[in-house]
Amino acid sequence: MSIHSAPPAAPVLEVVDADVRFVGQVALEKAALRLFPGEVHSLMGENGAGKSTLIKAITGAQRLDGGRITLRGRPVAFSRPAEAAAAGIAAVYQEIELVPELSVAENVMLGDEPRRFGGIDWRETRRQASRALAQLGIDLDPASSLRSHSPAVQQLVAIARAVRTRPDVLVLDEPTSSLDQDEVAQLFDIMRGLKAEGVAILFISHFLEQVYEIADRLTILRNGRLVGEYLTADILRIELVERMLGTTVGALEDLQDRGREEPAAPDARVVVQATGLGRSNRIAPFDLTVREGEIVGFAGLLGSGRTDAARLVGGVDRPDGGTLRIEDRTLRSPSPRAAISAGAVYSSEDRTSEGIIAQLSVRENILLGLQGQLGWRHRMSWSRQRELAGSYIEALGIAPADPEAVAGTLSGGNQQKVLLARWLALAPRLLILDEPTRGIDVGAKAEIQRQIVSLAENGMSVIFISAELDEVLRLGDRIVVLRDREVVGVVDGDLLTPDQLLALIAQGRRRWLSRSPRAARTSSTWRGSRASRTRRCRASSTRTRTSSRRPGPGSMRPSGSCATGRRRRRAPW
Amino acid sequence: MTAPAATGAPRLGGRGRSVRYRLNAWLPVLATCVILVLMLGAGQAVFGDFVSPRLLSSLFDNNPFLIVLAVGMTFVILTGGIDLSVGSVIAFSGLLGAQLFAAGWPAAAVLPLMVLSGTLIGAVVGVMVAFFDIQPFIASLAGMFLARGLAYVTSLKALPIHNDALNWLLGTSWGVGDWTTTPGVLLSLLLVAIAFWVFHYTRFGRTVYAVGGNEQSARLMGLAVTRTVFLVYLISGTCAGIAGVLFASYTQSGNPLAGLGMELQAIAAVVIGGTILTGGSGYVIGSLFGVLVYGLIQISITYMSVDSWWTYIVIGVMLLLFVVFQRAIAARRRR
Repeated sequence: MSIHSAPPAAPVLEVVDADVRFVGQVALEKAALRLFPGEVHSLMGENGAGKSTLIKAITGAQRLDGGRITLRGRPVAFSRPAEAAAAGIAAVYQEIELVPELSVAENVMLGDEPRRFGGIDWRETRRQASRALAQLGIDLDPASSLRSHSPAVQQLVAIARAVRTRPDVLVLDEPTSSLDQDEVAQLFDIMRGLKAEGVAILFISHFLEQVYEIADRLTILRNGRLVGEYLTADILRIELVERMLGTTVGALEDLQDRGREEPAAPDARVVVQATGLGRSNRIAPFDLTVREGEIVGFAGLLGSGRTDAARLVGGVDRPDGGTLRIEDRTLRSPSPRAAISAGAVYSSEDRTSEGIIAQLSVRENILLGLQGQLGWRHRMSWSRQRELAGSYIEALGIAPADPEAVAGTLSGGNQQKVLLARWLALAPRLLILDEPTRGIDVGAKAEIQRQIVSLAENGMSVIFISAELDEVLRLGDRIVVLRDREVVGVVDGDLLTPDQLLALIAQGRRRWLSRSPRAARTSSTWRGSRASRTRRCRASSTRTRTSSRRPGPGSMRPSGSCATGRRRRRAPW
Repeated sequence: MTAPAATGAPRLGGRGRSVRYRLNAWLPVLATCVILVLMLGAGQAVFGDFVSPRLLSSLFDNNPFLIVLAVGMTFVILTGGIDLSVGSVIAFSGLLGAQLFAAGWPAAAVLPLMVLSGTLIGAVVGVMVAFFDIQPFIASLAGMFLARGLAYVTSLKALPIHNDALNWLLGTSWGVGDWTTTPGVLLSLLLVAIAFWVFHYTRFGRTVYAVGGNEQSARLMGLAVTRTVFLVYLISGTCAGIAGVLFASYTQSGNPLAGLGMELQAIAAVVIGGTILTGGSGYVIGSLFGVLVYGLIQISITYMSVDSWWTYIVIGVMLLLFVVFQRAIAARRRR
């Protein structure tokens, strides 16, 4: 724990020794945060670091179980967001918390409309809303419907609403997640303006690039604890990632045990071939090949697009473009059903809402997938059901070894094994496991890792996603690295080293080009940027590609590169 | 904040948007108007002598209580809720009035009490929905049974009412030539006007729209969501009480079976009037037109001298068409 380089002034907001406990879980433990007037401060952390709990505590949506919050030197304890807002803490959330049915002016002014003769004075309301928007440099017809504007403009309206009351602290929770580069630039201009006026801005973003561009200082949380507070200029990107992940290059290099003796043969049969698969706003188009018996790890920070990429390969989400071939079958309109019948299964990272059905028994949970494949007319006999469930319970060591136990009562690790059993019962060719080891104890973790290795040795292909780098390193034959919603590299063989991996996760620039200002205003999705990207590809494919975009010296095979993408798309299949 | 309104800043969206926005929002109401006019035109074409001052007057005269119910229901539906209790409240409030009149109470005491009986039921439903977070459907279903039960407790059979003040409400006819109206109809139109003002010129009214549009957002914006939801049911209950008075005046009696299914007629009128059941979008004027469409269907069925249940079939088809129409508009907006 280290506190560095505080600006001379007193903090406007200070969180000290904050504890928040949920049932059986510690969300925050002695967490701390200091915000000074006129700074942009970034709160960094991976999944479960406690970022959102801390934000909720500051904005009055969550009470502290211990510790204290002081605002302008006075202790405060908010019980509702409205109280925090009244005290000068405004927040803008990723999900734009406005009412799209109403006009822009109303969304800015709602709850504080000027009145005349006992009724709302609409002229004055529109005038004041216009002024609030103009102060941010936004020129917008206040009488227009909020719904008619792009998410980026809506986001700006939300900020205008938040800063209209001149707060001391402005919390921006992932405001940039649906904005393109020009829109981000406009937002940053606005943030710099507010900063100059002395507003303390707490800025949360998964994009390291943006953090380094705008944040003066940053606070890192991990597992609910404070890791440290740094000047952004003082901390290297790679150090930042190490501290967020809690691993260092040194520690990772000790992992000599790679788990697998023989990696899959490089010329094994191709099981999955994704070409130019992408989804606007979620993940840029990428290519991926998975061979028989291969374990492919997906590595990247939270919000890097690792889950989105896996969901596209698993047929869960519908891609905007590209092709997906599983076992020589091209999925024309991907759906979980189509993918499963082709031989690919996706096990979600969200065990409770997209996995286990808590009220059903272990047996029923295991057999759901199989029953779904068989169809309801082919009922399995009771004895066959028990036999199948029993065999998986034994093979995976599910405890309690009772097929009739209610799945919701099992521990996380055992629930994960039940899910694994559900998918294994379908005898898939490709198993996609999204964070199968999250939130389970060390023993169960090791057990699941062993199972994955033995499955791969028996010829099953596995895509394995984990937030823990050591796990990905140990299991993966090949690792696909994602950053800022883009596949930025594929590492394998001797090049699969911790520092390579960390460097790739941390470094580099977003590669897609900025769009023309005109296009930026009409749409905030990626569609436009992808179009311009394609344009660039066309232009550059005639020239020799330089290696400048490759972070390592000739070590990476940048997947989703334009040249290969184009060539493959032309291939006659 | 001194950042200048950058003169070179691009204007996001155009002036035209606000016009188109209002047009879009009013589109369902306009559609109801158009349908009303078309129906009148069709009636004129088919029956010859159909559209007359008498007919237009009776459109209002036949259903003042439904107009009042629809006004209250508009508040509830705009927040995304529903109130099933209002039909039963009509029976309860009517019988309460009948008993009190029979006991010799003066109208100045009885009429407010009749209205308050609705307010009370509304308050019960409102407390359940707003403070105990019970689904509006279930809470108001409970209110519906409660009010119907209370009606039967008040009297097991219909009671006649003979009171001049009550009679005056719908019994008096003011008019010029064939254009006639009653104090009760004027009262219901006055309520529509008041509701319009409340919706569009008070913070409470705007909060109703905000809650229906996105409750979570409204809460995070610091709006008084809980209080607004409670008040909405209170208003709906009060309107049902007023409708009970008008219905008692219309039938000159209190009846434990009065208002059966009338809550659904009110909901139908609101939906036909262009308000979306999930809340956040719609106008109280639309609900008035919805009631008129409903009344016109009733009258047309009578004109055609076919059995009256055809009203239900026509209403059912019309509701379906309207819901599909609204989906189409919503889909177009999303694009």
